[in-house]
Amino acid sequence: MFQFDFDIILKTLPYLLKEGMVFTLTLTALAALGGLVLGTLLALMRLSTLPGIALFATGYVNLMRSLPLVLVIFWFYFLVPYIGQAILRTERPVEVGAFASALITFTLFEAAYFSEIMRAGIQSVPKGQLSAGYALGLSYRQVMSYVVVPQALRNMLPVILTQTIVLFQDTSLVYVISITDFLGAASKVAQRDGRLIEMYLFAALVYFLISFLASLLVRRLQARTAIIR
Amino acid sequence: MNYNWNWGIFWELNPEGTGTYLDMLLMGLRWTLAAAALAAVIALVFGSIIGVIRTLPGRALVLAGDAWVEFFRNIPLLVQLFLWYFVLPELLPRAAGIWLKTLPNASFWTGAIGVGLFMSSRVAEQVKAGIRSLPRGQSMAGTALGLTTAQTYRYVLLPMAFRIILPPLTSELLNTVKNTSVALTIGLMELTARTRAMQEYSFQVFEAFTAATLIYLALNAALTFLMRRLERAVAVPGYVTGK
Repeated sequence: MFQFDFDIILKTLPYLLKEGMVFTLTLTALAALGGLVLGTLLALMRLSTLPGIALFATGYVNLMRSLPLVLVIFWFYFLVPYIGQAILRTERPVEVGAFASALITFTLFEAAYFSEIMRAGIQSVPKGQLSAGYALGLSYRQVMSYVVVPQALRNMLPVILTQTIVLFQDTSLVYVISITDFLGAASKVAQRDGRLIEMYLFAALVYFLISFLASLLVRRLQARTAIIR
Repeated sequence: MNYNWNWGIFWELNPEGTGTYLDMLLMGLRWTLAAAALAAVIALVFGSIIGVIRTLPGRALVLAGDAWVEFFRNIPLLVQLFLWYFVLPELLPRAAGIWLKTLPNASFWTGAIGVGLFMSSRVAEQVKAGIRSLPRGQSMAGTALGLTTAQTYRYVLLPMAFRIILPPLTSELLNTVKNTSVALTIGLMELTARTRAMQEYSFQVFEAFTAATLIYLALNAALTFLMRRLERAVAVPGYVTGK
């Protein structure tokens, strides 16, 4: 019968956390931040009255949301070097590190999802707020950045955080381009030492605990903001 | 950009000997469709049962339903597939484990069932929300008419709840299709995997990925169209989705 080997987990824990979890968490945090900024811009573009801009943003968001993340990861993995070449005008495709490639992919992909959240958030701000801002003599940029977007962010905070938890889980998909994130590190140990059961069960447990605790916190936050509103 | 475009590549023969590169991608599409169909059925069946359980008065049942949802929602799909594919056969009794490992098309069954169970937690959330969104009077009226709990759900609550949640269920269906691509990690040769293979054989990266992108977009559009028709067909005039 199968013997569960706790030793292997204890022995490789520093590697799993330092190499893997740090990568996963950094990628999650930066991609969430970048995705939120870009997503807010996309949402503003989508709500713009200029037809060309709105069309572009809508097209981008719908395209990203129709494609599997795995396919998008592959797309950018091959495309980013060429984009770099076009921007930097170098002779050959630019070599991009694993982290940069993953960060660009997840930022651009998540931007589509965050933009839908922010669009709902912006639309949830009463129209009178906008008019009041203009009546005070604020410009469009000022109305958006001082009046509308802060309130939209606050209203949507629970949803944004929930999406970030989804993002945290989705970063495990960098496995398909052989990047050493938390799962990648666990998988490397699993294959090197033939300890698939221990490593995958442990990885599942860690992902579960982090996501579960984070979603409990989000739920509490939601309850609190719900009373204030 | 020093990249050699060759859009004619799709009509060239692939090295697997299964026809052209286009045939190869379409073969992948078939696996994607098959996996998505099985996963969607599993997600709908289990999601509905768990969703209903979570609205019942019994404490233990609600707790079990919640545990199901939390388990499948808080572990990344990729890790879940690894658990079913690599870990489960080892933990089962020897004979069962060997049977599971030597199953023909094991990656298909594991992938489709794994994606289905993963999606069932999201469907369960929708079903629960749909039932909760009905006025309390509906179930009370059922009881007042002398219906049992099962009958109240069957004839009063569920017909309305499913109509209400059809639009979110549509996006979960699209997610199911997209999520089948994760099964390439356990060796299912679905559309994304075939695209990768085509790129490795032919070095025409962008043609291959463009084709896959277009196929996914078309699939999305077709499913959305069909679900909208379904929505219209089952709409109760003058209520919620009946426009």
